Formats: sequence, structure tokens, C-alpha cells
Amino acid sequence: MEKFDRLTARACPLPQPNINTDAILPARFLKWPREKGLGSVLFQDLRVGADGKEDPAFPLNQPMWHGAKVLVAGRNFGGGSSREAAVYAVYDYGFRCVIAPSFGDIFAQNAVKNGLLTAAVSDADASEIAAAVTADPARDVTVDLAQQTISCGNRVYGFAIDPVSKNQLLNGWDDVDLTESYRQQIEDYRKVDLQARPWAPIGRR
Amino acid sequence: MMMHAMRQSPSTLFDKLWSTHEITRREDGAALLFVDRHFVHEGSFHGFSQMKGRGRKVAEPSLTFGVADHYVPTHDRDKPIANPEIAEMVRKLEQNTADNGVTLFGLRDPRQGIVHVVGPEQGLTLPGLLIVCGDSHTSTHGAFGTYAFGIGASEVAHVLMTQTLWQKKPKRMRITVDGRTTAGIAAKDIALSIIAGIHADGAQGHAIEYAGSAIRALSMEGRLTLCNLSIEAGGRCGMVAPDATTFAYLKGRPYAPQGALFERAVEDWSRLCSDTDAEFDREVTLDAAAIVPVVTWGTTPDDALPIDGLVPDPSREADEARASYIRDALDYMAIRPGMRLTDIAIDRVFIGSCTNARIEDLRAAAAVLAGRTSKVPGLVSPGSSLVKQQAEQEGLDRIFTDAGLEWAESGCSMCVGINGDLVPEGERCASTTNRNFKGRQGRGARTHLMSPAMVAAAAVSGHLADVRPLLAGRKV
Ligand code: SF4
Repeated sequence: MEKFDRLTARACPLPQPNINTDAILPARFLKWPREKGLGSVLFQDLRVGADGKEDPAFPLNQPMWHGAKVLVAGRNFGGGSSREAAVYAVYDYGFRCVIAPSFGDIFAQNAVKNGLLTAAVSDADASEIAAAVTADPARDVTVDLAQQTISCGNRVYGFAIDPVSKNQLLNGWDDVDLTESYRQQIEDYRKVDLQARPWAPIGRR
Repeated sequence: MMMHAMRQSPSTLFDKLWSTHEITRREDGAALLFVDRHFVHEGSFHGFSQMKGRGRKVAEPSLTFGVADHYVPTHDRDKPIANPEIAEMVRKLEQNTADNGVTLFGLRDPRQGIVHVVGPEQGLTLPGLLIVCGDSHTSTHGAFGTYAFGIGASEVAHVLMTQTLWQKKPKRMRITVDGRTTAGIAAKDIALSIIAGIHADGAQGHAIEYAGSAIRALSMEGRLTLCNLSIEAGGRCGMVAPDATTFAYLKGRPYAPQGALFERAVEDWSRLCSDTDAEFDREVTLDAAAIVPVVTWGTTPDDALPIDGLVPDPSREADEARASYIRDALDYMAIRPGMRLTDIAIDRVFIGSCTNARIEDLRAAAAVLAGRTSKVPGLVSPGSSLVKQQAEQEGLDRIFTDAGLEWAESGCSMCVGINGDLVPEGERCASTTNRNFKGRQGRGARTHLMSPAMVAAAAVSGHLADVRPLLAGRKV
């Protein structure tokens, strides 16, 4: 997994609340293998109308947002289905950070595992950042994970992220390798647990 | 050293479940938890790919169970699957489980069904366990006093390889529903009323415990519906402390402990409850007597209103962001502000999904439909093949088909539409499912969520309708 420490990039505003994972990646694309890359169908049904034509009003369809690496979204971004492919789509499109007032829990967890930063800011700050980049699309924002700050123009905003996710993103930790180093503890736990909950396992009864 | 005995501070049910599974905790607060059961389905292929990419195999095949549900056809099960892409999804699951010695409730297994129906039905879901699955509605299993939650593909891969998971501890929230619900009120009405009250992200970052006399009075089926919808309030998981209802349901189930081990288990399970003085980070209460049948009008599950209400009017909304959301939702749903909910005509109905397709759900719908005709077409897909069998023994299938509805095989079906069962573009569906998101049941499909009895009422009325008058003089 790619580490995340600091990023300076263009930011695309998408201030609607409750953009759920069905909207991020409609279910019909869930069959796609990861290797295919899911960026091309990110927000597919928001980006493209039923007539197959791109909606020119949708921010991602506007040339000034092409190449944006930061998404400034509304409240409760990524709620709903646990599909990690929604994170793949956001990441494969080129985004490395989503700024929003709140995130679906599973989405945020999936994001960390893929090196995508979910930066939680207040409602007011999210609106301000979205307004600033809308007014001046060419203005880059800088996201600093260690400092937990977002710099936009001459303003600096703090963002929240839990220490566990922060650690993992900064270090680019691989969970599985880390877990392997606890092999002995896992075995010890199981011995004790089998006494405490003999009814729990299957196959060892 | 302190010389006096340490007083154990009172803990919640969730705290107890958490500490039972904690193997170790890092300095930053993340804990390594042991996973008792891991369910996989067709969509878990990303997790299997990641595992294979590392040249690894499933660490604990005996604690891993495969279920074919998301992509399975609900018709012509005896024939090969017509759509090659869908056939490939089902085949991959068969291959991945077979390669790793994992038990599969596959397409033609008599125990096949939706993962969150099969787990409890088979006795795989037990109180005190930690259960994960790559599906957000894994919260369902919390009905047994189980710590159960949905995970993403990377976490699926981690569990496959290690039977453990790193988690940060959620906050604790208690939702207490006291009193008695009135006739015609289902667990779905309780759940949607809660979600409307606290909003779709109201329980974000929280483990929910449902408590109170109205929850105690619910059957296991009702509790499963309630816990299932925890995720629609943003909750990490939802749970009900196990009691006599729970133990009676579990006794004799195929994978439940038997004999003396069952007795021992019940003894342990009886201690799984929140201590009297346990503290929650957040408390919400609801009066059961005030709950009425509800339906959703918009595009998130918290858009639930009493059936005798009116569609919201954005011009009466002070908050501009909210007004703009309402305009957008009304536009998508093609309904007018201020119109009566009961004036919304429907094009079809769907009775199914892990939320509401257990035997009691089918009975509730059948009680309304018996001797009546549906004014619109519709599909009934039982929660599992065993539920289907039982419903047929009870003659419920005949009630549905006599009413003009289609009686199909079990699977996720029109809940998510990826098996091909879609609501056609622009059509409006009264549905027992869990998500009314734009496009959830198919591109351009309009979904109204409600209880099985309310879907039946909509079917016989041709529009959204209050089920209560239709129940007059009927045994339910
Ligand atoms: S029935 Fe619907 S909500 Fe339940 S597991 Fe299947 S797709 Fe998910």
C-alpha cells in the first residue's frame, strides 16, 4: 500500500450530502476485477444520464477539475454497502484524499487499507473549502497528514482522523505482516478461549 | 500496589463481547480481535484474489462458510445460468471455497439462501460470537447478542489468512423502545421510525444495543429485521441481549451446540447483557405505543413518514441544504410536494431480502393477500430455500400466486438487482428491502421501503396504503 504524508493538488467540489457507495460505484460494476481499473465508472450514474450523455454540470465532467486528486464532498460520504470496490473507483480515478464532514464507517476503513485519506472537517469548513475551490479551480490545496491540516489559499483548516488510521497511512503498514508478528499471542488466546467458550468453535468440538 | 480489591466497573453488552475477543491491543488503540465465523459470498472474490496473490490459503476453513446469494438466479435453477458473467461469479465462489476446503451452501444446496438468513437458520450464528462478512448487513446477526459487522475486501482477505481482524473500538449507543406496539406494527416500522429519528448517519462510529420491553417482545425474526437495519442508521453493528426467545430459537439447529454443551452455552449466554449501571456514549428512547406504519418517500432510508402523512414540501424548509435535497429526491421519485403518501401509485412490489423474507415476514404478507388480488405485478423471493420449503408446506406460495404475484427461488434478487432481477427504469416499487438509494433496484428505479404487510397492502390497493384497515377481522 502507498503511504500518505503530504499532498498538494487540485481539489474538486462535490458538496451533496449522503453520496453512498451505490452512487460511487453502481452494483453492476461489482463484477469487474480490480486489474481492469474502476476509475472510468466512478460516479457513473451521476456523471452520465440515462441517454448515455455526460451531464456537463457534474463537476468531474468539467475540464477544470480534470487531474484533481482531492475530492471535497458532503456529509456522510460513502455510507451504505461495504463494497471496497467503491474505494478502488475513487482511487483508480486518481483521488488520494476525500475531505468531508463525515464518512460511512466501512468506507473509511476500506479507504485506509488502500492508501486513500478520509479527512473529516466541520460542516462549515467543508462548505468553505468547496466554495474556495469552486471560485478558483486552479488553486491547489495542500493536505498534511502528520499535521492534520488542509491549506487552501491563506486559510488553514484542521481535520480529524483516528490515530489508528493515521498511523497506518503514514507508515503504509501492511496489516497481514503486522498480524503475523502476533502469531504466538493468537495461539495463546485460542488455548484460553477454548476453555472459556467450548461451545464456540466448530470442528474442534 | 493497591491493597483493596479492584472494583470492576459496570460494562455494556458490547464491552463484554469486545473484551472476549481481544487478543492484543496496540498503543494507538487498535485491537486484534478473534473472528469466530466468517461468511463469504460471490462478492468476496476480491478478498480471495488478494489472498491468492500472496500465495496463501484460508487459515481456518472450519470457521469459514460460503453462501451463494448475491448473483444467483431466482428462476430456472435446474438449468445452467444463462448469463455468462453471472455464471462466472457463482463458479468463482464454488472454486474458491472448494480449493480451501470451505463449506459452501451453493446454488443447488437445499440450505442455500441469503447469507444473513442462512447463518441464524443453521445455528452458525450464536450469542457471544464475533461474526464478519463482506456485506454491510452483517449487523443482522447481532439479534442473537453477537458482535457482527460488515467488512471490505482487504479485511476479508485478512480474515481469510489470519482468522483475526484489527479494529478500533466503536462508541456505545443504546436505543430503548419501551411499551407495547399497536396492532399491525412490525419490526420494520420500529426500525424505520428509529432511523427517521436519528438519521442515516446518526449512529456512525457506534455499536448499537436495542433494549426495552418492546424489543424483548419481538420474536427472533423481528430482532433480525431490526439489527439488519442498524447499518441504515450508520451504526457499526446492532445487537439485542440474548434471552429465552434466543435460546429457544437455537435449540436443535444443525450447527448449534447440542446436549450438555448447549446447556453450558446457555449458562454463558445468560450473562451477556449490559450491567445495570453501565454507561453508554449515547442514549435514545422511543415510545412503542406511538409507532405507526411507515413508508419511505425519498432516496435515503431516513426519509420515512407515517403512512397517513404528506410528502414534504421543500418551500417550507428553512434549511437551504435540506430544501435542495428534498427537491432532488422528489424529482427522482417523481412525486409532488404536499401530496398524500396514499396517493402514490405503484407499478410493482417486491417481497424479499435479508431484511424481510423470513417465514414470519411471508406469513404477515400472506395474511393481507389471502383471498385478494394484487393490482400490480410483483416478485416474492424467500430468504432461504428452507424458508421457501416451509412456506410451501404452509400453503403461503398459493396465496401469493393466487394474488397474481410470482413465487421465486431464494437469493438477494431485487434487493440489489445484480442477478438480473431489476425494477425497470422509471417504475415505482413497494419493497420490503433496506435501501431506497437512487438506482439501487435498477437504474432509474424508484423504491419505497416498508414492512411486508405494508407491501401487501400496497399490492392490493395499487398505491401506498395503510395495512391496518385491511387486517380487520383477519387472524395475524
Ligand atoms: S438481500 Fe440485499 S442487503 Fe441483504 S445481503 Fe443481499 S444484497 Fe445485501
